[in-house]
Amino acid sequence: MKRILILAAAAGVAGCAAVKDDQTYRDEAQRLLKRDFQARGAAALDRLEQDELQRACTQYSNKPPPEVAKRLEAAQLASIKFPADGKLVGDWKQGERIAQSGRGLTWSDKPDVRGGSCYNCHQIAPQTTSFGTVGPSLYQFGKLRGYGPDMQKYAYGRIYNSKAFSACSAMPRFGHFGALTEQQIKDLVALLVDPNSPVNK
Amino acid sequence: MKFGLALCAAAVLAAAAPLPQAAAQSKPGAETDPVTADFEKFRAVLEADNPAELFEARGEALWKTRRGPKNASLEQCDLGLGPGVVKGAYVQLPRYFADVGKVMDAERRIVHCMVTLQGFGAEELAKRPFSTAVYTPDAVSIVTYVAGQSRGMKIAPGQTHPSERDTYEVGRRIYYYRAGPYDFSCATCHGEDGLRIRTQNLPNFTTPAQAIRSYEGWPGYRMTGGLMHTLQWRMADCFRQQRFPQPGYVSDTITALLTYMAVNSAGQTYRGPGIKR
Repeated sequence: MKRILILAAAAGVAGCAAVKDDQTYRDEAQRLLKRDFQARGAAALDRLEQDELQRACTQYSNKPPPEVAKRLEAAQLASIKFPADGKLVGDWKQGERIAQSGRGLTWSDKPDVRGGSCYNCHQIAPQTTSFGTVGPSLYQFGKLRGYGPDMQKYAYGRIYNSKAFSACSAMPRFGHFGALTEQQIKDLVALLVDPNSPVNK
Repeated sequence: MKFGLALCAAAVLAAAAPLPQAAAQSKPGAETDPVTADFEKFRAVLEADNPAELFEARGEALWKTRRGPKNASLEQCDLGLGPGVVKGAYVQLPRYFADVGKVMDAERRIVHCMVTLQGFGAEELAKRPFSTAVYTPDAVSIVTYVAGQSRGMKIAPGQTHPSERDTYEVGRRIYYYRAGPYDFSCATCHGEDGLRIRTQNLPNFTTPAQAIRSYEGWPGYRMTGGLMHTLQWRMADCFRQQRFPQPGYVSDTITALLTYMAVNSAGQTYRGPGIKR
């Protein structure tokens, strides 16, 4: 590594003019993105505009400094809308269907069809063996963590806006962007924390 | 002069971040999970008689036949090694082309030749660029032919021209760009070792050890739907699943991403058009 750095410095001195500064490349990337895409179906061009969190996570390659992470997380947490009726747990059977569905928000999806794509990234109910590993296993979620109101609120909040808990989490902000409805999130909470859910058996 | 260029390349590679820790790098083919093992066996059986070969043959015929408003073949098409030189051309792409002053990937260069040499309309070719159950675009077959002519050769995309290095760097920024209602970037799925969507393994394109897994197999015969697809299709379909709008066919954005992936795969052997699930 040290040798590479010395070579790099020498190359810099030798006038290796090709490597421009980081911001120049970022600006060019933005320019291409804005110019080269076409709106299609539900996927409008404004999807390419980053919000503050997306911009920060891109800037820091998903590893923001602790003070930046804390600030982002606090802002995301403050924006979570919990159900007005105070009820956070729905129907786990519906939750399993929602977790299995990969539909929603692509340019080929109908506007009223929404799923959670949960099994794309997580192990959840043991019977569903086709699961991904991008996120941690959620098997026995309630059994291991508890079934009470605090855990229900954590599960709801995590699905609604994962960035409230981990600023540059890979997990989409399903509630924040309206990818899932309130009822759908309640059903997914049930999948995780209902004692009768296969997740907890 | 060559030494200076080597220093330049070293500087660029040193600046390229993030370089993984040695411990985190995985060897190609090191997965032992049963899903992958089974699929690799299945793939090996099918690769022996890959339907992609039919498209290679068709592509060769299209390359050599006089077609289009100008009634010309593609045999004067310069893919970077001189007019008509197809052998070895695929693995040195993307690269800078002085005649257009831009970096181009394989499909983009082939489309350029179809337009300039044969007189086909660029907009016409962009209208239906991807294979369907009833239609395989000519460019797809030609890309498959050209790729097949680099079978067994080392991937070595151009990185000496300033435009080539710039394109790599821009591609890297695009790769990490988080956006859309799912906050996805390419790196969300392809930026770490050992990830899997459902039962589909996700190669980490940011590391040399795994970037080859992005490059090998394309263009590829995809068993889902029985379709011949190129990297232009694959990139567009990734953006669809990222919940982005649609990228332009053979656009600069796609060229930049393909440059990033090709350079990260450099030095590895390209085994020719592949077969995908």
